[in-house]
Amino acid sequence: MYSFAPLIVLFPLLGFLINGFFGRKIKNETLVGSIGTLAVASSFVVALLIFVEMVGSPVEERKHIVTLFQWIAAGSFSVNVAFQVDQLSILMTLIVTGVGSLIHLYSIGYMHGDAGFWRFFTYLNLFIFAMLNLVLADNYLLMFLGWEGVGLCSYLLIGFWYDRNFEKGTTGDAAKKAFIVNRIGDFGFLLAMFLIFNTFGSLTYESVFAQAAGFSPGVSVMFWITLLMFVGATGKSAQIPLYVWLPDAMAGPTPVSALIHAATMVTAGIYMAARSSILFSLAPATMEIVAVVGLLTAFFAGTIGLVQNDIKKVLAYSTVSQLGYMFLAVGVGAFTAGLFHVMTHAFFKALLFLGSGAVIHAMHDEQDIQKMGGLQKYMPWTFRTFVIGSFAISGFPLLSGFFSKDEILWKSFADGAPWMWVIAALAAGVTAFYMFRLVSLTFLGKERFDHHHVHPHEAPKTMLIPLLILALFSIIGGYVGIPHVLGGHNYFEEFLEPVFAGANAKMMLPMHDSAALELGLMAVSVAVGLLGMFAGWKIFTEKPEIAENTAKKFSGLHKLLWNKYFVDEAYDAVIVNPIKQTSDKFLWKIFDVKIIDNTLNFSAKFVEATSNILRRIQTGVVQSYAVIFVAGILFILGYLIVW
Amino acid sequence: MEFFSPTDLLGSSPILALGLFSLIALLVNAFLKNSAGMVFYVSAVGIFVAIGCSIYTFPMNATAFSDMLLVGGYASFFSVLFLVIALFSMFIAKPYLEREQYHYGEYYVLILLATIGMVMLASSADLITAFLGIEMMSVSFYVLAGYFRGKLSSNESALKYFLLGAFATGFLLYGIALIYGTTGTTNLLRIVTMYPQPFNDPLHIIGWGLILIGFGFKVAAVPFHMWVPDVYEGAPTPVTAFMSTGGKAAAFSVFLMTFSVPMSMRDERLMTVLAVLAAASMLLGNWFGLSQTNLKRMLAYSSIAHAGYMIIGIASATPMGQQGIAFYLVSYALTNLGAFGIIAMMEKENGGNLNYEDYAGLGKRKPALAALLAMFMFSLTGIPPFAGFIGKYYLFASAVQSHMTWLAIFGVITSLFSTYYYLRIIVYMYFKEATNHEEIKLPGLTFATVILCGAGIVLFGIVPSLIFDLMKSIF
Amino acid sequence: MRARRECLACREKKVMIPLNHYLLLSAFLFSCGVLGVVVRRNAIIVFMSIELMLNAVNLSLVAFGQFLGDATGQMLVFFVMVVAAAEAAVGLAIIISLFRNKQTVNIDELNILKW
Repeated sequence: MYSFAPLIVLFPLLGFLINGFFGRKIKNETLVGSIGTLAVASSFVVALLIFVEMVGSPVEERKHIVTLFQWIAAGSFSVNVAFQVDQLSILMTLIVTGVGSLIHLYSIGYMHGDAGFWRFFTYLNLFIFAMLNLVLADNYLLMFLGWEGVGLCSYLLIGFWYDRNFEKGTTGDAAKKAFIVNRIGDFGFLLAMFLIFNTFGSLTYESVFAQAAGFSPGVSVMFWITLLMFVGATGKSAQIPLYVWLPDAMAGPTPVSALIHAATMVTAGIYMAARSSILFSLAPATMEIVAVVGLLTAFFAGTIGLVQNDIKKVLAYSTVSQLGYMFLAVGVGAFTAGLFHVMTHAFFKALLFLGSGAVIHAMHDEQDIQKMGGLQKYMPWTFRTFVIGSFAISGFPLLSGFFSKDEILWKSFADGAPWMWVIAALAAGVTAFYMFRLVSLTFLGKERFDHHHVHPHEAPKTMLIPLLILALFSIIGGYVGIPHVLGGHNYFEEFLEPVFAGANAKMMLPMHDSAALELGLMAVSVAVGLLGMFAGWKIFTEKPEIAENTAKKFSGLHKLLWNKYFVDEAYDAVIVNPIKQTSDKFLWKIFDVKIIDNTLNFSAKFVEATSNILRRIQTGVVQSYAVIFVAGILFILGYLIVW
Repeated sequence: MEFFSPTDLLGSSPILALGLFSLIALLVNAFLKNSAGMVFYVSAVGIFVAIGCSIYTFPMNATAFSDMLLVGGYASFFSVLFLVIALFSMFIAKPYLEREQYHYGEYYVLILLATIGMVMLASSADLITAFLGIEMMSVSFYVLAGYFRGKLSSNESALKYFLLGAFATGFLLYGIALIYGTTGTTNLLRIVTMYPQPFNDPLHIIGWGLILIGFGFKVAAVPFHMWVPDVYEGAPTPVTAFMSTGGKAAAFSVFLMTFSVPMSMRDERLMTVLAVLAAASMLLGNWFGLSQTNLKRMLAYSSIAHAGYMIIGIASATPMGQQGIAFYLVSYALTNLGAFGIIAMMEKENGGNLNYEDYAGLGKRKPALAALLAMFMFSLTGIPPFAGFIGKYYLFASAVQSHMTWLAIFGVITSLFSTYYYLRIIVYMYFKEATNHEEIKLPGLTFATVILCGAGIVLFGIVPSLIFDLMKSIF
Repeated sequence: MRARRECLACREKKVMIPLNHYLLLSAFLFSCGVLGVVVRRNAIIVFMSIELMLNAVNLSLVAFGQFLGDATGQMLVFFVMVVAAAEAAVGLAIIISLFRNKQTVNIDELNILKW
């Protein structure tokens, strides 16, 4: 089956080509949507078959490299278009194609009647294609190509409704912001890639990691490589300080937010770190930075989510915060825990986004939760699935989020530091609180919307089926990784561990076998979560005045949170505006216009003018051509003889 | 003793097939009335048969007729390229000639005859066959350039091409005579075994210099390029398409093969001369291309510049350079055929509609056509993911490999010039309002050919190993 | 018959004209041809000058062949003559069609294609 791996990448490409070339001509929405969905679903089936074969084979034979063709070869430098199929990449592929096909299906209903229906599915397929290249590549260059590809698709899809307004600007502004912030990160990745090539003379994982195994931890070049990679990751995976684009990315259609900005693309940074685990393990300093950045992001993004009123914004900050958890896991060396959370998060966050999409759909594009309420009555199934998702993300015991989040919390305590655990647990409580605030304000309590204009209704089947499937996985998705302390068997960790064997050998993590401590900590974090859930539900369904009073009492803090710690403003003041000002006043008006443009224009004019004069050598008379011909001969022969 | 061995027959089978079909076509043309369409089909069948023969002989690696012809590998690769070019240029020509009311069977016969010359060039292992091939091709080209016999520009173009072409032949022949005189043989495989002894003979090196001049003329290298803009502009557009792709590719195939002999010495003198020719061609081609207003003429100057890029591959004398040339020829042929195909479709009677302004607003009027033309221009500029980028990359890299970094840098700088005029057409197509609202007819045959060319440059740009894998068995 | 035998006889006695004489004559004729192409205005004369160049080369080829005792040179001369004949046919045809359209064969009057 392994040799069929290229098919996984090929199907979405085909879908993209078909819809891209003929989508406009095919007037039938169902057909366009089915092509797009089937393309991704076929990839999922192939990936599943490979996965089944992989599980059935011995551990040593689970990694395969399928080379399609040699891409670039110049001297000692050679890069293939080749796919590395192993435990890690197949897991990511399954998540991307599995969740991806559900979201494609959902989009058929969601995008119904949109003028750009075919365009939407074209971009979506292109995104899946790029994302699969990213996760399946066997070298950094192809990964980078996918990395840039998903960035491009993200840009196209955020600005999909390019004629609509978004906040203070247009969706185009949001798209540009995402693209530019991502470019900063990409620059880091690119530099990391140069350094890798410089150090190892190759960009292929196999040879880079094999050579890296010979290094000992603490080499400074490793620090720089991994740090630059992490800069790339903060861009793509929305971590401090580059997270600011993700909330704005909500300008795109909701399925896009679910697919790209929650379940798949934003986890690319975690995938990259996990893939390069051995490099990270050689740089303890970077690991610490990763852990702290992840932790801070988890906490601060969560607190911003507490006060937001836009249903998608809340989910966006929640995504940033959950991504922070994943980086925390990576930073303390618990790669499998991070990836476990990637998987469960893909289920419940996609579910929540799709649910919010159903709500927005039903409310005729209203996103303000202050203008909702009581929707439970009108859309019972959306409500049920949304609540399941909220329970899962809040870490309610025995749902998927519980297992993955708890593993991260435990690892942050065991392999990190107790204070990390404290903050992470607090952030978990915050998560539970804002999620149930969201549920309460949206589905419960009084109906605050205008009955004359808005007639909420349950979502159509194509939208409900994905919700139900995702809800199912949000419940059971965690059972592949039950911690030992609860008497389970962590299949997930066992499956992935061989990929990180090299890294684990370098890190030599301390062994912990204090089951009592682990259980105790688990109980505390569950209690914090339950408290948050209860508070969120109680306050916003029954006593909203408590929230208002608290907001008034701590008006300074509220303002701070409401304005997202003024980070956007700070960036504007410290980075964007100075750059704009210098660009405008100096770089553009003086440097560019006066110096560069003049030089360029002058040289262009000069070249063109001389060209215009000199081309008259071409007189049109054969004789003059023959004269030049003979002159050329004399020169050449003269040179050859005289030498 | 047998007259012909089976290898002889197999090795010359593409030439024999083309010859046979060109005679059939000639007879059909002579004895049937209004037979141009029929001749077209006969010629197309002939080309397909020849393609079949070339592919069949590809795995062979032999020589035929006592080392006069190469069989298989190198010869097959280039033969297939020329045959495909001939076929495509016929597809472009048919609707064009019908529109211009110059649709006669002779046209296709001449194309076949020129193609015989090209196939012979790629197969030549001897200077005699090289000479015959070049003449066979050129004489057919002279006639083709003057094919619009009632049009003065076509006459002028043919006469200029003829006089200068015959002039250059004189030098080529003189060179062959000197090589023969100093080594006692005209066979490339035998000359190389006599090195280094004759290399010290000044007559020998002058011989190579003269051959270089002869080939330099055919590939349009500065300073032997003067005919190119005039001939390309004056000749009927499909002929220009054929000459600028097939003619150039054939000339390069023999240039490369012949010069692999003296370059095996890595002689400093010849390398320098070639490098200077390359630099001059890149510079002047791109420089003079800047101020052109006529697209055919612009592409003529671009053709000079591209000859310069490819000469880098010969000057570097590395396998990488040779592979680079072969790849570049494929991509250049597809790109130029596509571009000329579009120009042929846009052209109006008596050479109208050939200027930049006539393409204004094409992006809105014919989006598919404009997109394709933009792709071809990007490929000529050398922007990934199109094939032109890979070709340039290999050639410049080969220069660096041969310690001629200055040449690579020079190439990059001069290709900056070219960006200006290639992209100008894109500016016209997409950012200017249309002034001309006449309907543009897109004949299906030509349009399909152009699409094929476009698909080709994308395919080879993304999967260059399709060609490089073939070349591993050639070079 | 008799004359030829005598000539063979003189070859055996090695009282031949040295190779360099042939080559110099050939180079001189070739240069005349080049000069003719460069200075003459009439297309037909230019064409004749080119023929002169080809024949100058033929002289070299024959001389080389003779001195190397090898037939290749002479054989090539035949090919050159065939090619020259073909070129003459095509060239004159082109000149005729030009003359029909423009009533001149002066090549310096041909400059509608330039720059």
